[in-house]
Amino acid sequence: MAKVDKSLPLEYQTEQSRLNILGFWIFLGAEVVLFATLFAAYGSLKDNFAGGPTPAELFKLKDVMIETLLLLTSSFTCGIAIWYMRRQNLKGLLTWLIITLALGAGFVFVEVNEFIHYVHEGATMQTSAFLSSFFVLLGTHGLHVSIGIGWAILIIIQLMKHGLTPTTARKTFIISLYWHFLDVVWIFIFTFVYLARMGG
Amino acid sequence: MHIKWEDIVITGDPLILSAQIGITLTMLAIVVGVTYFKKWQYLWDEWITTVDHKKIGIMYIIVAVLMFFRGGVDGLMMKYQTSAPEMDFLDAQHYNEVFTTHGVIMILFMAMPALIGLMNVVIPLQIGARDVAFPQLNALSFWLTFSGAMLFNISFVIGGSPDAGWTSYFPLAGKEFTPGVGNNFYAIALQIAGIGTLMTGINFVVTILKMRAKGMTLMKMPMFTWTSLITNVIIVFAFPILTVALALMTFDRLFGTHFFTISGGGNAMLWNNLFWLWGHPEVYIVILPAFGMFSEVIATFSRKRLYGYNSMIISIVGIAILSMVVWVHHFYTMGSGPVVNSVFSITTMLIAVPTGVKIFNWLFTMRKGRIQFTTAMLWSLAFIPTFTIGGVTGVMLAMAAADYQYHNTLFLVAHFHYVLIPGVVYAVFAGFYYWWPKMFGYALNERLGKWHFWLFNIGFNVTFMPMFFLGLQGAVRRSYTFSAESGFAPLFMLSAIGSLILAAGFAVLVYNIYYSTRYADRKISTDPWDARTLEWHTASPVQPYNFAITPEVKALDAFWYMKKNKEGLVLKEEELEEIHMPSNSWLPFYMCAIFGVVGFLLVFELFIPAAICSLGIFVGLIIRSFDYDEGYHIKLDVIKKTERAWRGEK
Amino acid sequence: MKKGILVSLLAIVPLFILSGCESMVVFDPQGPVARSITDLINWSIVLMAFVCLVVFGLFGYIVWKYRATKDNADYEPEEHGSTKLEIVWTVIPFLIIIALTIPTVKTIYALEDIPEDYKDQDPIVINVTSADWKWIFSYPEEGIETVNYVNIPAGVPVEFKLTSAGTMQSFWIPALAGQKYTMYGAETDLYVVADNPGSYEGQNTSFNGKGYAEMKFEVEAKTLADYDEWVDEVKETAPELTEEKYKEIIKPTHLGRMTFSNTHLEWIDHGKGGDSNYYLNPELYRVHGYPGKTFEKNEESNGGEEDAH
Repeated sequence: MAKVDKSLPLEYQTEQSRLNILGFWIFLGAEVVLFATLFAAYGSLKDNFAGGPTPAELFKLKDVMIETLLLLTSSFTCGIAIWYMRRQNLKGLLTWLIITLALGAGFVFVEVNEFIHYVHEGATMQTSAFLSSFFVLLGTHGLHVSIGIGWAILIIIQLMKHGLTPTTARKTFIISLYWHFLDVVWIFIFTFVYLARMGG
Repeated sequence: MHIKWEDIVITGDPLILSAQIGITLTMLAIVVGVTYFKKWQYLWDEWITTVDHKKIGIMYIIVAVLMFFRGGVDGLMMKYQTSAPEMDFLDAQHYNEVFTTHGVIMILFMAMPALIGLMNVVIPLQIGARDVAFPQLNALSFWLTFSGAMLFNISFVIGGSPDAGWTSYFPLAGKEFTPGVGNNFYAIALQIAGIGTLMTGINFVVTILKMRAKGMTLMKMPMFTWTSLITNVIIVFAFPILTVALALMTFDRLFGTHFFTISGGGNAMLWNNLFWLWGHPEVYIVILPAFGMFSEVIATFSRKRLYGYNSMIISIVGIAILSMVVWVHHFYTMGSGPVVNSVFSITTMLIAVPTGVKIFNWLFTMRKGRIQFTTAMLWSLAFIPTFTIGGVTGVMLAMAAADYQYHNTLFLVAHFHYVLIPGVVYAVFAGFYYWWPKMFGYALNERLGKWHFWLFNIGFNVTFMPMFFLGLQGAVRRSYTFSAESGFAPLFMLSAIGSLILAAGFAVLVYNIYYSTRYADRKISTDPWDARTLEWHTASPVQPYNFAITPEVKALDAFWYMKKNKEGLVLKEEELEEIHMPSNSWLPFYMCAIFGVVGFLLVFELFIPAAICSLGIFVGLIIRSFDYDEGYHIKLDVIKKTERAWRGEK
Repeated sequence: MKKGILVSLLAIVPLFILSGCESMVVFDPQGPVARSITDLINWSIVLMAFVCLVVFGLFGYIVWKYRATKDNADYEPEEHGSTKLEIVWTVIPFLIIIALTIPTVKTIYALEDIPEDYKDQDPIVINVTSADWKWIFSYPEEGIETVNYVNIPAGVPVEFKLTSAGTMQSFWIPALAGQKYTMYGAETDLYVVADNPGSYEGQNTSFNGKGYAEMKFEVEAKTLADYDEWVDEVKETAPELTEEKYKEIIKPTHLGRMTFSNTHLEWIDHGKGGDSNYYLNPELYRVHGYPGKTFEKNEESNGGEEDAH
């Protein structure tokens, strides 16, 4: 059943690859529902401060802008990496993939610092419902990014070991879908969680 | 923390003690037996590491039957406790644990595995495929479900069962009112099993969309395949909601967050909404495959094409869409206001329309047909009137203002048992009797099957019909006892007697399985029912690669067409090629063990050990990522031998 | 075969007869609120009985007429469907749904307010606080409080304002009205009118732990004159409730009836959220099993401020 169709891009060439990519799109659909539910929980609880800190007191625009810049740029560099992949340029692919990961790691670093800062201010997830839902929503996203970084490192190792084959191309393509998805989720986060509450 | 031995292992209760002894002895017996017969290698090679959808399906079914026993015993205990006023067989706390485990086990560890098991066995065969899209993921789905089921089942022996109802409402289910670890079992075991089910959803959507045989357009798919497709779409949409709900519950209970708590601004109503946003689609996830199975059985044993194929499809799509917009009817009395209650009354009542369309189409499939009363068909026949009772009482409950008097009474309990048992359980039984010959190469005994049917059907009605009237008399659900003055005693006693008849029916099923496995004729036709769909055009039990040459489909009821037109039945050996098969894998079983360990540690709130062991999950994922195994090929001579054996030399 | 199915269907009939013995409180309403629900239920039973008759009738006929016999052994019909029939059995159920929807929506709206015939009267307001495992009734206008029983005047509309000191529960007096949930930090309404003086049973229908089955309370409807007399008697003779005593009452215990000459609303209204930690006692809820940890009361995060819900 290995129908190899050379007219398609490398990652779509085998039957199994086409199944995997479709499967991953459906998985992303499930992830949309997952994040939508977290947003809904946040939406119901976002004004329950229980006498604790409010967003106006806590949020710092500078950190959020840095995180946004890092993550959005990493999505762009991820796109460049796939562009190189389509041109069978392994070196270009690897370079831009590593840059993407570095930017992603930077995002995680800044976000972890942001959370540590909040905790020092006495705003933990046990403080109020608002903070519980804030930390779980942001934390889930951050965890997804961190796992994505680890996963991408595995793919990079495999690319270096096997080169650019239909299988490694598919794996790279799939993780790029994942990465772009996390970027889209971040746009919703920084709009509805941060920007909407900055004024206080 | 000072840990007392009797807090970990529940002792001092004769029932629980005997169950502990029973479990220990059974496990010992299994280990000794397998060792004595030198079957460990066989078990490992053929079952524990398999990625074959047929075997995975059978393992699901075994789990479902075992869990049916446990959930059924829970039900019997509840019935015994309420058979007379002020019984002291179970005190309130134990009763609460029993009905909680009864609900969770029956829905999540009996119905789901039974249906997913039958889907696993049948769907790839019905669409003319060699396996599902992601065989190893499929095995992982089973092993995660198993892991969750085992973790949940351990709770009554170690740590204490969950006791807040299968709906686990807050703030009761939180640490503020239930500080033990029982509800941790709920949150974590269901989470693990839920991940497995979500993967099944993705797997089967891709399989059905992309792996159908040549010529099988969407509108030529068998009805069971259609209902499975829609079901798996609902799974993909609904299960992430449960994932989040359980995760928030886990955070509240383990880490002290305030999602659903009273203190800190939590909102218990949020749990109700999230739970039922998943919970309502969940009941449609279990009923739609059941509808599909009835469609297959009714068509086969009326010797007639399913009536109104197009309407049936439109109906299940309509049911699926509506199922996502009715969840508030589970809490009309929560004070949502007249607008919300009115809207959801309307959407809930509307679901009756496509469901009714299906009932009429089944009736008209039989009309002008030639109805054979095999056991599988009996289950499908009994389904129609009894499910109708469940359905019309559902419409009555859907009317919000009326629900203010029915809610949380035994009327509600009777309604959902009247849709779940005739709907799901009868379908599973029909599926067993129908597909057993295909799965195992011998049929379940028809005479015993009829005893099973009559005892179970009569027992079911005697158990649950009185409960409608008890509810209207004011009897509430989840109550461990009632007073003599209430006047409920006669009907409760009648219901308890019914449960004994029900249990007898189940016992006959178990005996039938044993008896048929031991004595049934193995030389039966591969198409014993003269059926209509592709899965019957295979050996019994089905050969590992399913089809030597994938069939070409010309019409709906593909196999019936082939038989009537004598097309595609003969194997052209010159067209045979080597068949590529995926390799077995130990990873899914490993993940089952690791998730079980991590889950167990989290339940007991041992966070550092849990964090360390969860590294094992990542190790498993890394190993999977680096797995470039290409599978193996089945050689031509093996294929020829297998094919000649079941087709007879032609 | 077919006879057997008939038998099992008929077996349901004696169950109907048996159950007629005990009167079903839902069909015996003692007040206008419950009566409007009973009328709706009766209408639904008529329509649903019609549906059952049609389905059972078709079912019995088809299974009998088209059963396999030796005579029709060669019969192998093919038939695909009928668009006309599909339309018929889609439209008719749809019409039945409409016939049910209209009175349902009317009743839903009517239940949100005082019953029609009593709209000219001012309702008596009684605050209900559900706790584990008791019901606390506060009469703000009269300034008295009762536990596990409530007296109301007959023929006068009563507005119950419902809330909970802890778990989510459901306030139900089946003879007089439908039920409504009680939730901490929120207040729900239930209007009740008792036609005649008498004693009516109420109970919790929303499972809330070990003591759930005992959460019953008595509603006694008195004539207006008797009711006023009773209120005066309570104000004169009943003990005072202190905050300390109230904290004891809130603990998960079973209490009998109690009566007080003031209400706990003086220091806390659970319907408005606020200082919940003060009344929580997780350690008192321990049962057998491995003890999980409970969380320290977070004093800082409880300024008694009202949270938006």
